[in-house]
Amino acid sequence: MDRRTFLKGSAALGLAAPQIARPALAQGAKVLRFVPQANLANFDPIWGTQYVVRNAGTLVWDMLYGVDAQLKPQRQMVESEEVSGDKLTWTFRLRPGLKWHDGEPVLAKDVVASLTRWMARDPIGLMIRGIQDDLTATDDKTVQWRLKKPFPKLLYALGKTNAPMALMMPERIAKTDPFTQITEYVGSGPMKFVRNEWVPGARAVFETFTDYKPRDEPNSWLAGGKRMLVDRVEWVIMPDPATASAALQNGEVDWWENPISDLVPLLRKNSNLNVDIADPLGNVGSFRMNHLHPPFDNPKIRQAVMTAMSQEDYMRAIVGDDDSLWKKLPGFFTPGTPLYSEAGGDNVGKGDIKLGQKLLKEAGYKGEPVVCIVAQDQGITKAQGDITADLLKQMGFNVDFVATDWGTTGTRRASKAPPSQGGWNMFHTWHAGADCINPAGYPAVRASGDKAWFGWPNIPPVETAIAEWFDAADPAAEKAAIDKVNAAACEGVVYVPTGFFLGYQAWRKNVSGIVKGPIPFTWGVSKA
Amino acid sequence: MLGYIGRRILATIPVMAVVGLFVFSLLYFAPGDPAAIIAGDQATPDDVARIRATLGLDRPFLVRFWEWSWQILHGDLGTSIFTNLPVTTMIGQRVQPTVSLMLVTLVFAIVVAVPLGVVAAWKAGSLIDRLVMGLAVMGFSVPVFVVGYVLAYVFALELGWLPVQGYTPIEQGFWPWLSNLILPAVTLGLVYIALIARVTRATMLDVLQQDYVRTARAKGLSQGPVLFIHALKNAAVPIVTVIGIGIALLIGGAVVTETVFAIPGLGRLTVDAILRRDYPVIQGVVLLFSFVYVLVNLAIDLSYTLLDPRIRY
Repeated sequence: MDRRTFLKGSAALGLAAPQIARPALAQGAKVLRFVPQANLANFDPIWGTQYVVRNAGTLVWDMLYGVDAQLKPQRQMVESEEVSGDKLTWTFRLRPGLKWHDGEPVLAKDVVASLTRWMARDPIGLMIRGIQDDLTATDDKTVQWRLKKPFPKLLYALGKTNAPMALMMPERIAKTDPFTQITEYVGSGPMKFVRNEWVPGARAVFETFTDYKPRDEPNSWLAGGKRMLVDRVEWVIMPDPATASAALQNGEVDWWENPISDLVPLLRKNSNLNVDIADPLGNVGSFRMNHLHPPFDNPKIRQAVMTAMSQEDYMRAIVGDDDSLWKKLPGFFTPGTPLYSEAGGDNVGKGDIKLGQKLLKEAGYKGEPVVCIVAQDQGITKAQGDITADLLKQMGFNVDFVATDWGTTGTRRASKAPPSQGGWNMFHTWHAGADCINPAGYPAVRASGDKAWFGWPNIPPVETAIAEWFDAADPAAEKAAIDKVNAAACEGVVYVPTGFFLGYQAWRKNVSGIVKGPIPFTWGVSKA
Repeated sequence: MLGYIGRRILATIPVMAVVGLFVFSLLYFAPGDPAAIIAGDQATPDDVARIRATLGLDRPFLVRFWEWSWQILHGDLGTSIFTNLPVTTMIGQRVQPTVSLMLVTLVFAIVVAVPLGVVAAWKAGSLIDRLVMGLAVMGFSVPVFVVGYVLAYVFALELGWLPVQGYTPIEQGFWPWLSNLILPAVTLGLVYIALIARVTRATMLDVLQQDYVRTARAKGLSQGPVLFIHALKNAAVPIVTVIGIGIALLIGGAVVTETVFAIPGLGRLTVDAILRRDYPVIQGVVLLFSFVYVLVNLAIDLSYTLLDPRIRY
């Protein structure tokens, strides 16, 4: 008998074994307790585009298509599709027997309303809306979409993992203004949202929708049969990683989405736990320079910084000493994906300070202050910011380090004012690898000047190459276009990629069926 | 007395008005934009502006303040920008955990600290006194989260006696409710034990020098009644004052403990709202804290009349 067992037995004389409270459940009900990456503060996956809202949204709302692990869109709610010879008219037929959580049948008019709401907020959706002729429900089960020009990426757009996803809602809910939050959470997905148990910041609960009709195919990411093997999923929000670690070890929770790398060795030692990579698509670290104001309005100065920086420094600051968790990224697209490119990336992250100093001098840096905003409440941005501050000082920049929080960063980065008047020169962030696999839904790589993402890079060759990608009709043409995008983005320094890094997930050994992916897919997960 | 109570309650109105204006102004001028947080990284400036307009955040200060004040006067604390839930609902969800933690912490702290302070004063200068005061210094010095982690490691992970985290409503059983609160209450209570013990010792030292205590001993009373009936009752006023301050601080100040033990209390609600710039929630919670603090002070002042018959209002 070990020490813990003896002490537990002694304690049992006077103390009842405590259980984490939950409402009265049917006998034998299986409950999966999951610690998500963040608080579920709102639950409208079109209005709020945070990853955690998207992840929860996939439980409650289903999609017409869903990408599989090869990032190929597969039918989900759709039974069949037809496209006209001129590729301008798409006709989708819904699967029979689809129902909303309130028992009503899923109709084509619900799809039309849902797509209309989604298009208003999604970058690709806005592109499609720009070439849309008509979107109608021709009968209860058929949707027709007529376009003014072909859009080869349509099915991908409908099945992608980037937020906002094209999730289907009843018409009455989908008619909510896209800039106003919905107030009802009825979907046709495999789980129902138990609203009266939702405590924002603490807990969210989902129960299996018994009338859900999964597809016959095996599940693969958002594709295939979404079979729920548990009765209830409880999201337990735990802001403190040490608490989450202890709760997982103690069996109070079953699955933790993103343990910090410092705690992974401890979790690995526990014989009751599994630890593995969470998402093979990982993350891309970045810092962005403001192209509107000196000194970074000068492309040669931007290139000097990109050349001098060492991606190893940034990655080690983020993930620690585990070399399996990061790799260098001489470009802007996710490693391991079909469109990954290193074209033009020779000068990215050489780690050569002396060369950077030389390039800076040649570029004519005049000593302008660099206002560097660093959010201290996000571990990734804080780590990157500290490295950048040191890098810039070593290069000879005049650094104004602004330590702030993410909320303030979000506001200040939107300002186009000069840095001395409330603007900025540089801020740090990161992107999910799933958002960086191609230019669709990747606003950070766009270089359309005023319409671009924060920093407002204006690099026409990038935009030309992106347009080529959207029009590309086969994989070879897409790859050629992406190589051009990568090369042009490196040349003009749309932003500086600080490296590619992965994260872990951890779960108890009595839980099985957990797969690696950009979303914590709960279908197919069972608990002994 | 009733008149006094009435006057004190009426006095809360100008206090709440000042607090309301102050917190509203502070949030209005503080950096950060909830519309940008809501819109997310993919949003265009037009998207952010549109969300800001939908939420009414683009209207002038006076218009927004007037509307909010009018709502407050009708008992409506507004609706959360993020969750779309009424602020009263969000506060209501968090009140029981916070009050439970507060009560258990205070009971634990008072039951431990007052006798410790009395004994330390009685044995002033002795080893017991030095030990108690040494523990008090440690209670002030060791960060709350360190205490929390150590207790969770020992009593939850190693021994398995108590859960690591969470909160169980009392309706689901007394022991499940209490078992979730023991570790957080001990964690939080150590600081208050230190504070209350020191104040108790200091006031008891003063009282134990008084003539009536000497008289009580001369009459042949044993040490127990002398200390805990005659002396402590006369030392109670400052002790009750400190306890009252502790109650007010506990209502909103247990953020670290709530975070370490994943208790869904008002402290965490406030911090989450601040980080998200959820203005209605911040405003509602601050007003609530202010009101409760005023009532707690009133209750403490009224308790003096029970402890010291010379005090009358």
